[in-house]
Amino acid sequence: MTLSQGDGRPTAFTNVRLLDPASGYDGPGAIVVGDGVITDVVKGQDAGPLSSDIDVVDGRGALLLPGLVDIRVKTGEPGAETKETLKSAALAAAAGGVTTIVVQPDTHPVVDEPSVVDFILRRARDIELVNVYPAGAATKGCEGLRMAEIGLMAEAGCLYVTDADRPIVDSKVMRRVLSYARSFGVLVAHRPTDPWLSNGAAASEGEFASRMGLPAVPAIAEKIMLERDLALVELTGARLMVDQLTTAAALESFRRGRDRGLPVIATTSINHLSFNELDIGDYRTFCKVEPPLRSEDDRQAVIEAVASGLISVIVSAHAPAPAEDKRLPYDEAAPGAVGLQTLLPALLAFHHEGRIPLIDLIRAVTCAPADLLGLPAGRLAKGAPADLVLCDLNAPLRVDADKLVSKSKNSPFDGRRLQGKVLRTVVAGRTVFAG
Amino acid sequence: MNTTPSGLNEVLQRTFSFPKRHFLSVTDLNEVEVANLLDLADGFVALNRQHSKKLDLLKGRTLMNLFFENSTRTQSSFELAGKRLGADVVNMSPRSSSISKGETLIDTAVTLNAMQPDLLVVRHASSGAASLLSQKVTCSVVNAGDGQHEHPTQALLDALSMRRAFGRIAGLSVAICGDVLHSRVARSNIALLQMLGAEVRLVGPPTLIPAAADRWNVAIHHDMRDGIKGCDVVMMLRLQLERMDGVMAPSQREYFRFFGLDREKLAFAAPHVRVMHPGPMNRGVEIDSDVADDLSVSLIQDQVEMGVAARMAVLTSLSARLDND
Repeated sequence: MTLSQGDGRPTAFTNVRLLDPASGYDGPGAIVVGDGVITDVVKGQDAGPLSSDIDVVDGRGALLLPGLVDIRVKTGEPGAETKETLKSAALAAAAGGVTTIVVQPDTHPVVDEPSVVDFILRRARDIELVNVYPAGAATKGCEGLRMAEIGLMAEAGCLYVTDADRPIVDSKVMRRVLSYARSFGVLVAHRPTDPWLSNGAAASEGEFASRMGLPAVPAIAEKIMLERDLALVELTGARLMVDQLTTAAALESFRRGRDRGLPVIATTSINHLSFNELDIGDYRTFCKVEPPLRSEDDRQAVIEAVASGLISVIVSAHAPAPAEDKRLPYDEAAPGAVGLQTLLPALLAFHHEGRIPLIDLIRAVTCAPADLLGLPAGRLAKGAPADLVLCDLNAPLRVDADKLVSKSKNSPFDGRRLQGKVLRTVVAGRTVFAG
Repeated sequence: MNTTPSGLNEVLQRTFSFPKRHFLSVTDLNEVEVANLLDLADGFVALNRQHSKKLDLLKGRTLMNLFFENSTRTQSSFELAGKRLGADVVNMSPRSSSISKGETLIDTAVTLNAMQPDLLVVRHASSGAASLLSQKVTCSVVNAGDGQHEHPTQALLDALSMRRAFGRIAGLSVAICGDVLHSRVARSNIALLQMLGAEVRLVGPPTLIPAAADRWNVAIHHDMRDGIKGCDVVMMLRLQLERMDGVMAPSQREYFRFFGLDREKLAFAAPHVRVMHPGPMNRGVEIDSDVADDLSVSLIQDQVEMGVAARMAVLTSLSARLDND
């Protein structure tokens, strides 16, 4: 397969199984793209006669999805380029069928003012691979003390504000961030954890962490902070994205909040869907993530929440950490796991196991996050960006961390057998990856 | 003159081969291996009480003590064990030397490994450190305490002390008291004592009992008198003083009042009770001197003596495995 250079000639992807959660369509069809957008969606067997100036890609029955939208990605740029650059992350994304990434603001410098937003957007344009958008910091330096320039950053193009892994401890600050961001229509994201309970923890409290002698945080720390955040949402009327819900207790709180009509949505990470605390085994630091891997009961609750739609968005929580930060005793090792390249096959595992319908899984990584952030991507519709993934749903693969595209190879999926291979990734009509 | 005690000779001539390259965790061992280690250690106790204590079982071997945390007691115990077996012993304290300035644990290990030691004895403040290190070196690694995880040679010497005092371990009732939460000694002892058929209870304030410890098949008591009632062994744990200043317990005096071992509380145990402590003791905080120094009750001095013998047994077994490679 050759990489088309996007010379403006229309391309048709024929003989494919279209899966478009936005319209609910799952069936045979074809897609025609031109000028970076989808110009036609043909549903059904008969693609009709194609004019001779259209390039044709015969999908041979493969699955054609909207490109994935991953709204929680860390790179090392700016400031820690040895971990990952925007370019290496974009390459990993392209290889994983992810066509839009939203990068986290906790870089050096922190994305807490419009010039850093500009920097990232400019770098992304130069790289010309996948769509890269920054999330801005909610507070200056992600320190949780003073509000960042939320309005100016939104104007410059940041998609939401968050302090990433740093909880906004001061309730007064959180209240102000929520009500201020609301007036600009900016979404706030917050990962709930009670810092007093979670400080210094490397694992989730329970029999396993006790036996292994690891400093641990009780699962309830997530619920405690979430309850505060929900109360502040009620007070301010602001929209809140609950970043990475991972425990049964917090999910119960979230359900109650949503049932009361609060404008909240929740994400979870592919790591917390795929692993539990026992995967840490003999202190495998590649399984050290934040929040820490939970009990199997919690993991099952998270899977159920995705199946029921309570959790509407799934993220890779891509967080590169080089070997020198991971090859340390467990409590000293850096948290985080790379995930851009394994997100899709890891997700497909729940389809292959028969746990979650394919269309619901794909919704959580395409139109659901796109709609949440007001992006036109994530759907197979006329006029939408031609961001597409062609994949073989059933092709087996064995994850080899050393062969991942990311600069850092810290994948907890290393050695895991998965099914689902990306054949081609298209961004704005241009093929950016062909496997 | 080298005269090997006859009991020791008998054990050494058994066709027992220790199948492991490293000595990292009690959970790696089985009952037969533990019984053999204890028999071997018993023989070394007799040797250590002789005028001439030196053997050449580890002749030509190099033992490296790598203590990232200070511990005079454990380090000298391993040093003596190595020397009495004829090994060359080197003590490294990476914290005070230039070895580990900015160097990771693995860098240090790889550097030392290049000096071709045969046995690396490691103490580190992080749980899992010994296991991590064992994956990166070619020599045998002995865990001399990793964070709050395990201290397997301590459990072995404790079992040896108990077996010598009671003639058996199966059926003994052992109360482990104090700071179980932070104690690697407790974790290793719980696993080993249960393997050998003892009944284990944990005693301490709820702030010092690990989460979900009730799933370890132990009885948990927050009242010390209840907890040690009728038990054969009271094993006290060390509580770091800084944890007692309102952090894990309100004060030293309150802790001693409710969880310190004194005559009055000890009277609830079985009449033949023996008291143990891994040391170093905080006298008047977790244990009354009156109890600690009463040789009819206390096994604390024995434990130190057994420590050298138990470690000799471990080193001998690992070295025999190296010979077979």
